[in-house]
Formats: sequence, C-alpha cells, structure tokens
Amino acid sequence: MTGPAVLLLLFGLGVAAWVSARARATRLQTAARNTGARGAMHSLPSFHGWYVALWTLLPALAFLAIWTNVMPALVTDAVLADPAAQGLPGDGFARGAILSEARNIANGTQAAAFNPAAQPLVAPYRVNTARYAGGGVALALLLAFAGGAYAFTRIRPDFRARTRVERLVMGLLLGASLIAIITTVGIVASLLWESLRFFSMVNPFSFLFGTNWSPQSAAMGYGNENAFGAVPLFWGTIFIGAIIAMIVAIPLGLMSAIYLTQYARPSTRKWMKPVLEVLAGVPTVVYGYFAALTIAPALRDFAVAIGISGASSESALAAGLVMGVMIIPFVSSMADDSIAAVPQAMRDGSLAMGATTSETIKRVLIPAALPGVVGGVLLAVSRAIGETMIVVMAAGLAANLTLNPFSSVTTVTTQIVQLLTGDQEFDSAKTLAAFALGLVLFIVTLLLNIVALRVVKKYREAYE
Amino acid sequence: MTATPSSSVRNPTDWKGAAMQKRIAGRYAAERRFKLLGMAAVLLSAGFLAFLLISMIGNGARGFTRTEITLPIDFRTAPMVVDPATVTAQSLVSANLQDVTAQAAVTALGPNGDTLLSPNAWLTVRDAILDNPQIVTERVVISVPASTSIDLAAKTDASAADEASYARLQQSGMVSTGFNSAFLSASDATDPTQVGIWGAFKGSLLTMIVTLLLSFPVGVATALYLEEYAPKTWWTDIIEVSINNLAAVPSIIFGLLGLAIFLNLLAFPRSAALVGGMTLALMTMPVIVIAGRNAIKAVPPSIRDAALGIGASPVQVVFHHVLPLALPGILTGTIIGMARALGETAPLLMIGMRAFIATPPGGITDPATVLPVQIFLWSDEVSKGFVEKTSAAIIVLLAFLLAMNGLAIYLRNKFEKRW
Amino acid sequence: MLTDEQQALKPNNAKMSARDVNVFYGAKQAIKTVSIDVDMDNVTAFIGPSGCGKSTFLRTLNRMNDTVANARVEGDITLDGENIYAPSMDVVQLRARVGMVFQKPNPFPKSIYENIAYGPRIHGLASAKADMDVIVEKSLRRAGLWDEVKDRLHDSGTALSGGQQQRLCIGRAIAVEPEVILMDEPCSALDPIATAKIEELIHELRGRYAIVIVTHNMQQAARVSQRTAFFHLGTLVEYGVTSDIFTNPKADRTRDYITGRYG
Repeated sequence: MTGPAVLLLLFGLGVAAWVSARARATRLQTAARNTGARGAMHSLPSFHGWYVALWTLLPALAFLAIWTNVMPALVTDAVLADPAAQGLPGDGFARGAILSEARNIANGTQAAAFNPAAQPLVAPYRVNTARYAGGGVALALLLAFAGGAYAFTRIRPDFRARTRVERLVMGLLLGASLIAIITTVGIVASLLWESLRFFSMVNPFSFLFGTNWSPQSAAMGYGNENAFGAVPLFWGTIFIGAIIAMIVAIPLGLMSAIYLTQYARPSTRKWMKPVLEVLAGVPTVVYGYFAALTIAPALRDFAVAIGISGASSESALAAGLVMGVMIIPFVSSMADDSIAAVPQAMRDGSLAMGATTSETIKRVLIPAALPGVVGGVLLAVSRAIGETMIVVMAAGLAANLTLNPFSSVTTVTTQIVQLLTGDQEFDSAKTLAAFALGLVLFIVTLLLNIVALRVVKKYREAYE
Repeated sequence: MTATPSSSVRNPTDWKGAAMQKRIAGRYAAERRFKLLGMAAVLLSAGFLAFLLISMIGNGARGFTRTEITLPIDFRTAPMVVDPATVTAQSLVSANLQDVTAQAAVTALGPNGDTLLSPNAWLTVRDAILDNPQIVTERVVISVPASTSIDLAAKTDASAADEASYARLQQSGMVSTGFNSAFLSASDATDPTQVGIWGAFKGSLLTMIVTLLLSFPVGVATALYLEEYAPKTWWTDIIEVSINNLAAVPSIIFGLLGLAIFLNLLAFPRSAALVGGMTLALMTMPVIVIAGRNAIKAVPPSIRDAALGIGASPVQVVFHHVLPLALPGILTGTIIGMARALGETAPLLMIGMRAFIATPPGGITDPATVLPVQIFLWSDEVSKGFVEKTSAAIIVLLAFLLAMNGLAIYLRNKFEKRW
Repeated sequence: MLTDEQQALKPNNAKMSARDVNVFYGAKQAIKTVSIDVDMDNVTAFIGPSGCGKSTFLRTLNRMNDTVANARVEGDITLDGENIYAPSMDVVQLRARVGMVFQKPNPFPKSIYENIAYGPRIHGLASAKADMDVIVEKSLRRAGLWDEVKDRLHDSGTALSGGQQQRLCIGRAIAVEPEVILMDEPCSALDPIATAKIEELIHELRGRYAIVIVTHNMQQAARVSQRTAFFHLGTLVEYGVTSDIFTNPKADRTRDYITGRYG
C-alpha cells in the first residue's frame, strides 16, 4: 500500500469515528432531554465527535511518523541477516554502497546494478520492505481502531469532551508559537556551530581585522591564515548600504513623507503613497538586474567622460544608488509615522505663533520626531546591509578597500553567495567562512534592530 | 528691543515697516522652496519607478515575440518516408525531420541556410505534420523560428554578417514576427530562442504552495496564542522577541539556516521546492504573525465579552467570533508575505535552487528553480539574446506581484473598519 | 454717559470686531451669524455648554481654522479695522499679532529659553544674543515664571509642572508682542493652585493686551473677565458686562445655563 493511500484510509477512519461518535452523543442527549434532566450533557455532540476522531487519528499518525523513520534500519538489519548477505565485505563503506544500490533497485529508482554483489540482495530487500511496511500499516490501523474504541466507550452525558478537545487545541497553538523560538535557536546554533569550526581553522582576530580577502588562494592551498581578512567586505557593505544608499534614501524618503503628509492634497496622497510603496514591493533581483544592465554602464561612461580613473562596470555607486531607491519607502513610512506621532498641539502651537508651515516642520516637527526618524534610518540601514541580490549583481567581487564610488567593491552578502555556490566540499575553510560572515551579519542587524526599536519605543512613550 | 526687563512700556512691533515686509517675503520664498523640494523628492522617487518599469517593458516586450522564417518544404523530394495515414509523434521521431528541415533551408536560403534557423525549427515542422498529416505528400510553406542571431538582427542590432543575412531574408520577404508561445510553455535552455519560463513558474508555484501550507497555519496559531491566551510571562516575552527579530533578519540568513539544517543535518533533497518552501515559510511566518496579531487586536473586546457572557468557552470565543472577524486582516498580511516570498532570491540560491532546470519539476522533491532565480541566472548569461528574455520574465514576475498586492489592498479597503 | 452695556458694544474702541460671522465644517454650520467686539481694556470671556461653538469662534479670530481642511468662514472679522480674511492680510503676521494659548499646555520639546525665543526668532525680532536674552527675561517675568525658572533656562520645557508649562506657553505668546491674546480653556488641564496663578496672571496682563478667554467654568469667567459672551448651539445668545450677565441675564437660555439647568 502506498503512503497517500494509507493516509487517506486513516483520515477516512477519522471521519467515520467523528460521525459515529457524534451520532451516539446526540442519541444520549436526546435521551437525557427526554428524562427531563436539563443540561445533563456536559459537551455538545460535535465535541464528542472531535474527541473520538482525534483519538483515532493522532496515535496512529504518530506511530506512522516514527515507523517511517526506523523502518529503513529494520529492513537493513533483516537483509543483513539473510543468507544472501553472507558474502558482503566487512568494510563499512563498501558494504554501505552495495546495500544502497540494492535498495535503489528494489525501490525502482535504479534500473540495474553496477556492482554484481548488489543483485542478490534485491530480492531480500523487496521481501523485507514489503513485510515491514505491511506490518507497520497493520499496526497503525490497529492503533486507530483501539484509540477510537477507547474514546468511544467514554462517551457519557457527564464526560467533558469539550475540555479535552480544547486542551489539545491550546496545546497545538502553544506548539505553533514555539516554532518561532526553534527557528531563532536554529539560526543561532547553525551559524555559531559552523563559525566555530571556521575559527578553529582561521584566527578570529585575523578574520575580523585582516585586510586581505582572497579565499580562492586559500582553497588552492596557500594557507588560511592571511586569506580571510574581512575588513574590505565590511567596508564595502558599509560604503554601499550605510553611506551611498542612505545619501539617496534619507533626503528623498524624508522629503517625500513631509510633502505627502504636510502639503499634498488628500487625493494626491491617496495615489502617491501606494506608488511609493510599490518601490518596496519590487523584487530585489529586478533592482539588481536594473542596476547591472542600465545604471552601472551609464555611471561607468559618465566616470570615464569626466576622467575618473578606476571606473568599473560594477560599481559601489550603482549598487548603492539603486539600493537607496529601494529603501526610500522604508524611510518615508517611518518618517511618516514619527511625524504623525508628534501631537497636533505642537503644530498648532507653532502655527499660532505665526510660523509658516516649513518653519513649523523644520523647527518643531522634525526636531520632535527626530528619535523616531533616527530609529527608522537604523532599521533601513539594517535592511540595506542585509540586502543581497542588488550587490551580487551590481557591486562586483573585487575586495577593494577604496573610497572611490566608481570602483568595484564587494560586500558580506555577496561573498556569502559567492562562497556557497559552486562545487566545494562543505568542510573547507572557504565554505565555512560564509557562516562566519553570516554570523557577523546576523549580530550587526540584530543590534541595529534592537537599538532602533528602543529608540522608537522611548520616543513613542514620550508622547503618551 | 531695548526695553529693560522691568520696563512696562509696550514696544509694538512695526509690522508694516519695509525691513519687516522684506523679511516676510523672504520667509514665504523659503516656504515655497521647501514645498518644491518635497514635491521634487516625490516626483524623483516616482520617476525612478516609472523609468524602471518602462525600461523593463521596453526590453521585455520583445521577449514575447520571435522572428520566424517562412520556409518552403517539399516533402515529396525530402529524404524521409512517412505514411500520412499512420502518423504519430512516436513515428516522427525516427523520420529524420532535422535533416529534412536543414535541407529545405539550404535549398531555400542558400549554402548556410540551415544556420539561419533555430536548432528547434524541426519541432515546428513536426507539429505542422501532426496537425495535418496530408502535407507530407505535398509542397508546403511553414513558419519556423529563426536563429538567435537573426532574431537579434531583426529586433535590435547584431554583427554585420547577421545584419546582412537578415537584410537578404527581408528582401526575399521570408521573415515575419510572431507571438513566442514557447516562452510561456518551455523551460530553461542554452539557446535564448528556445528558453521559456514554464519550468521556473511551476517551481515557484510548488514552492509557494509549500510555503503557504506551512506558514499560514503556524502563523495564525501563533498569533491567536499570543493575542488571546498567552499569559504575560518571560516565556511569552521570548516568543515575542523571537518573532520580531525573525521579521528583521536578512533573508540570506534564512538561506544559511536552510543549508545547514535542512540540507546538511536533515538531508532533505537539494534544489527542491520542498526545502525552498520550508525556508521561505520560516521567513513568511513572522509577517503573518505580526499582521494576524494586529487584525486580532482590532476585534473589539466587547465581542469577546458578549460571547463569554453567554457561556462560550475561550476556544469557542476565538474560533466562532474572533478568528472570522480577523480573517480579512490575516489574509491581507498573508498575501503580502507570500508576495515577498515569491520575489525572494537570495535564500534559494543558498539551498541550490539555481540549477539548470530543463524539465519542469514533477513534484516538491524534484530539482526545481523559481522565477526570480531564473531571472538571476539569465541575467548572468553572456548571449545578448537573453536580455529580452530576462526582462520578459521580470514583466511576468512583476505582473504576479502587482496582482497579489492589488488583491491585498482591495481586501484591506473592503473590510476596513466594520465597527 | 454711556451705560456699561453700551460701552461693552461700543464699536470705535474695538480692537477686533466680528460682523455676521458664519463658520462651516463641510456642510455642517458650527457658527451662525455671530457679531461681537473685543476691546483692549477688558478681558472678554466666552462661555457656554460644550459644543456650543465658543472654541471654534475663538479659532477664527487668528485663522487657526485655516489648518482644518474643510472649514469655511463667512462674514467680516477685523483687527484694527483691517479685514483679517482679506487676501492682502498675511496670516503669519496676523498670528503674530493675535497670539493663542491652548487648552492643554503645549510647550515645544526644547529648552525653556528656546520655547520663548522661538517666536522672536522666526519673526526676526532680535538680532543679537543679548537682545534675545532681554526678550526671554521680559516675557518670562510677564508670565510670572521668571523667578521659578531663571536658574534652569536650558532645561526642557516639558519637564515643568502643568501650571508652569501653561505659563510658559503664555510667555511664549507674549514674546512676539501680540496685540490680542486668545486663551482656549487655559486652565482646564490644571489643578486649582495652578489655575489661581494663571487667573492672577490674566489680571496683570489686562490692559496691555486685548484678552479673550474661553472657559467652561462660570466662576472663572466671573473672576477674570469684565465682559462675557454666552454661546449656545453656534449662536451668540447674550453679550454684556460680566456682572450683569451673572446677576441679571436677559435671555432665558443664559439664566438656565448660569443657574445650572443644563450645560
């Protein structure tokens, strides 16, 4: 029997359990009513239905989940006990290869054996697989019936089926909310674990403060120690994400928010706000393509025309400009919120003194909203330095430590992509370096976010 | 302004004086400049968006068309034997149609005629025969796709030799432009005239289904738990902090998580929609939780009180009253989260969804790629013919994203403020 | 010899006068044909039940209603005979000449010094730091706050107590040398002691500025004002000498309100 068929059968049983339990509970309820005992039934019939259905399904499903995981090992043990396996080599690796080949042939994923020793094992594999699978299904069905029958016998007018079912629902909700914690732990653990392995090969000090980044030479066997200096990457990331992109995004985003909230007619605001938000919805790969195809060549031609040396077709400026445009809606909506949070009385107070609108904005609203705006900018920076596709496609791979915006620089995210794509074994310092870079990126963005949220929260409290 | 602090003599400001009038005029000029600056910022931002869209559409529109050559084929003299009564796709495999087509091209277009056709031109001939088997006994004219260089020569600019052959074809009136249906039905290929987005599109679809099935129930359940049931303890605080942090973690970190945990530790299949969907689900879940919590918060407490007051249990209150009322808001957040996942590239690169996928995936464990990754892969291609295909794929992706965001905005407006 | 009542409505002494003023918010009429004069020598109180339009009317006197999107004002309001809604009237100047104090103290989140200096600075009333120091000290003295804050002029204005904040706001309004000061329920957010200080301050400021105060507190109107206008449902029901209004109201509605029948 195939997997989906077993599941279908089990769910069919569940539905049958629900229907029959509900019917029985309804009969009990009618009987209780006829005897005149008001409210004698604790729970509604459908809750009894759910209670029995869950008892039918959950134990069987849990058993199946465990069984599918342990079955391969059981099958292999049985095959090894078979007389046909007597001639297998004692060496674990060779034996494993033969066994896996036999398994593939038995499953039908492989047509014929390359290793003649695998062929005689195919039949035992088939037999044992069928035996254990059949046994598993039979046990699961048995559990379903047993669970259902047990629950069914508990249907009584005073049985608290609803409480039981609700306790399970609460358990499921709690379990779902734990996934967030598990994910966080998973991120931290995987980054830390792989980074520790990396730092056992490369000195953390020379990683964090070294200025020479050439993982290729390390892969070619020139030694790890001086090939993983990440300072050029950090600089490239800051140069593009925190400097160039912000020079574009802060004035444009702030002024857009001011214009749309303080000057524009409501009809204009209604149309322009979603238009600006579209900028945040465009996938980054589209921005990257646009930067690489249109902006970068134009900038290079411009740089050559005005005589700047070192102009490259992949430049920090191209990536930074486009990233800045992508960030505009973030800055603008954070500025919008912060300015809206300044009490109207503040604005009235200034206008009533005879200040013009722009004087009120510049001298009262923006100073009052500054913490919120700063928090928004920090969030935008954390977003910009974690952005990947634009820099992968437009910034380049050369680890230059340069101030020239027309030259090519590389960033942390670019190098993560670069290090982990292509064919390498997973344990080399080169691939593990990607996780160390990821760890740095994670910590920095996390800190930026914590600081930003603190600032914003404190600012909000000031006006409440 | 020379009055001493103790002076009680009023010192009225001379508002009508020339100096004060001049100063006020200056202040109004500053006001106008500031307003213009704001307008310029808005227009510049919107203008950039327009520039991006126009350049994508300008490049991409050509990707939906292809240059075709009207090729006369005389099947009576062709080196093949096919009985029109028993034609099937199977029997045509061995009919040597490649040679037939190439020879017809040489006959019609000169010594190098076969190089002017797409390597796939024979497939069009085959389809024509399947359509009407009778043509194998006559001389017919079939429109077949031209080669990449002729296509480029027709659409933009190409090398002098290609331009010359295109000019010759044009003179003889043998070229035309048709809708490139293969772009929507084919998968990745090495030759730009043969590529299509169907494979990547199907990969995106499978990935999104996995993402939705995982992130929606978990996200809604978490939002319900945190808003309705969670006791205010340090434990709940940890959950909350985790969710807010996950929402801010760069997407590439999720890719690293997927690589380290799903692929290396749990040994899920590489490049598969299953792992891609799981990775994106972890990314989308916080978005759904945050949107869900806001939607649940917006349900007025009076409704909960009313339900509790008539003896509903806490679970019944939530599932009968709160959840249905909050659902539009939750759905809006879900659509926005899914739109973001659909456009996401970086984490999928980490888990190997950048493979060359020439056949659409059949299931969630088959190697697959997705639309944004396909765009990234094509953007890296050297051949000039890929530029228009990349832009065309971007148009398709943007159309889907716009539709999803439009739906979210529609939902939000329709169900906004019902109490 | 004019009676008090005639003197109260005497047009040639008026600092500000309103004639047949109507105010609309969209289609809703908030003020119906109100005519009134305000003079330099007296404090004028606007009283009436909440929602009667007294605050709305106050805000038309320095065009603060301009900041409400769909508000529309009809009729004439003049300041020294000049129509303040005429196109030639500059709203920036108008508001400098007609200052306003709000219901809730709204000091800017800046230092005490900067709060006072804000107005003179935007209007260019002081060129040197020394001049500004003089203005700040003078304004704070007039607002009765100098002795309390002179040692901490550079502390934040929002760190003061509520009553001090409100006196800071009055000082801020005084700093630009206005001719009229409008006060919109200036004590409604304050405790009795702070209220007493503000009322004392209003007494001291009388005669130097034309003062209009909106209040929902009739005792306060009786204590601080010499003229009282009673508003009800957007109309001006009765306007006259304060003592007359409170002891011998002419209109039934005024009597009902003052005796606490509604409001």
